[in-house]
Amino acid sequence: MSEHSTYTPNSGVEKWLDERLPIIRFSKEHLMDFPTPKNLNYWWTFGAILVMCLAIQIVTGVILAMHYTPNVAMAFDSVEHIRRDVNGGRMIQAFHAVGASMFFAALYIHMGRNLYFGSYKAPREILYIIGVLIFVTVMATAFMGYVLPWGQMSGWAATVITNIFAAIPVIGTPLLELLRGGFAVGNPTLNRFFSLHYLLPFVVAALVALHIWALHVPGNNNPVGVDVKSSRDTLPFNPYYTVKDAFAMVVFLIPFCWFAFFAPDILGHPDNYIQFDSQVTPAHIVPEWYFLPFYAILRAIDFNILFIDSRLGGVIFFAGSILILFFVPWLDTSKVRSGGFRPIFKWFYWLFIINFLALTYLGAAPAEGIYVVFAKLCTAYYFIYFLVVLPVLGRIEKPRPLPTSISENVLARTHA
Amino acid sequence: MATQAQHKSTRRDFLFVATGAVGAVGAAAVVWPLINQLNPDASTLALATIEFDVAAIPEGQSVTVMWRGLPVFVRHRTAAEIAEARAVPLEELKDPELDEQRVQEGYEQWLIMIANCTHLGCVPVGESGDFDGWFCPCHGSHYDTAGRIRQGPAPTNLVLPPYTFLSDTLVQIG
Repeated sequence: MSEHSTYTPNSGVEKWLDERLPIIRFSKEHLMDFPTPKNLNYWWTFGAILVMCLAIQIVTGVILAMHYTPNVAMAFDSVEHIRRDVNGGRMIQAFHAVGASMFFAALYIHMGRNLYFGSYKAPREILYIIGVLIFVTVMATAFMGYVLPWGQMSGWAATVITNIFAAIPVIGTPLLELLRGGFAVGNPTLNRFFSLHYLLPFVVAALVALHIWALHVPGNNNPVGVDVKSSRDTLPFNPYYTVKDAFAMVVFLIPFCWFAFFAPDILGHPDNYIQFDSQVTPAHIVPEWYFLPFYAILRAIDFNILFIDSRLGGVIFFAGSILILFFVPWLDTSKVRSGGFRPIFKWFYWLFIINFLALTYLGAAPAEGIYVVFAKLCTAYYFIYFLVVLPVLGRIEKPRPLPTSISENVLARTHA
Repeated sequence: MATQAQHKSTRRDFLFVATGAVGAVGAAAVVWPLINQLNPDASTLALATIEFDVAAIPEGQSVTVMWRGLPVFVRHRTAAEIAEARAVPLEELKDPELDEQRVQEGYEQWLIMIANCTHLGCVPVGESGDFDGWFCPCHGSHYDTAGRIRQGPAPTNLVLPPYTFLSDTLVQIG
């Protein structure tokens, strides 16, 4: 895909720079002229939207850190101070908190796009794996950020999630104390979470750079999933996709701003406006909505499996539900990339999406009665999709014929 | 030399390996303090022992005290609760333990336990659940009147902290 750039430095300054740090040449190659399949749909704009989300989180986060105090005695009040006293603080805090939700919304759409169109398949495995690494790092960052306001949900989220490590045999308890810096979640925990919450977004930014690098070697996948054959199949990234991405960003910012301006707290839990009390647990502990599916899996295992007790079992399934994503390129045996040409796959895929939404719902529901049964069924399907459906379908399914090129497919649709 | 058929160990190979080994030990020695700083510090460890007077707790009531930052239940059990706990056959228990093992002889009415659910650490609610003991609302673990796990995802009984009765009413936890 990488064609040599047509960049020729015009001015003397550009020429001087090009021989020392060819950054303008690089930008021209990768941000402007980069040949991109001409049939990308709007699901492909979420990559750019995610870059915007990360930028918003870093900018607002750096500003919030100028006013926030990471001490158990003052953390809760300092967040209220930001919202009430700091000039424009209400907006900046709202954009950061709502931004986390919007970031995950875009992340899930981006990942859903990838699973449908087979973007994880060869030659894009590394690109995909870096993506999963980004997902894991963003999850860790969001979790630690959620703890910082030191409300009841924050403190108990920290308690419950760090307790996951206590389930590890032998080293569990010492590891738990190492992670918390004490016997319970306390000031050392808050302090280190703040430090890491500030650090990790820059790790994410570095991973994003690798992600885009790994994207620009084989080039973009596309909705029909056939490789680019000639320059007729592509368009330069600028202005075609810069403008399309910019339009998508603006549309995405509409709900974003609606939440930030009119309902900044609607995505959070009211209990987080009670200061953390290590002696009393809220009646229902629920994480932020974007962790609910995995939380549902964590607590769906309420039975012992042979010598593995229910707590360790839950943790294994919880960790497994994320780790399994790393192996998807090899679990899916189908040679056809795009789900659009796979009639049986489509059904299982959409069932997977519905199942994931159901897990979200069940993660917020109380752990009793019929909810427990459904949580187990949905957890089972989550794993069956990756471990059974994807490997088996690739062997037994007969895909529809693929178009010979992207251009043929685009023209066929235009004339139809 | 590339033409040499057999590679014999030389003084240089030894130096490579020795340097690598010393380097690895040195790196570990540098990394260890960077990790160890995460462990509980001296001010946290200093709060390891508390004394608590149980005289003010009437029968049938509990208080929660703080020990090492953790909540600890101190329950003054009724005779009925003790009898209920002792009537349970061991084979019915997920984590078999006699009621006698969970209290101190002569102080059977005092049940002292770390108040974090052994599943994921929430604080269970007292005098509730299906076994008249504690119920953890987070994920639905039921404990009986001896704080033993009876139903739900928690794997073990509520943990007992080390404690001794200094007098009939003064207890030292830790």
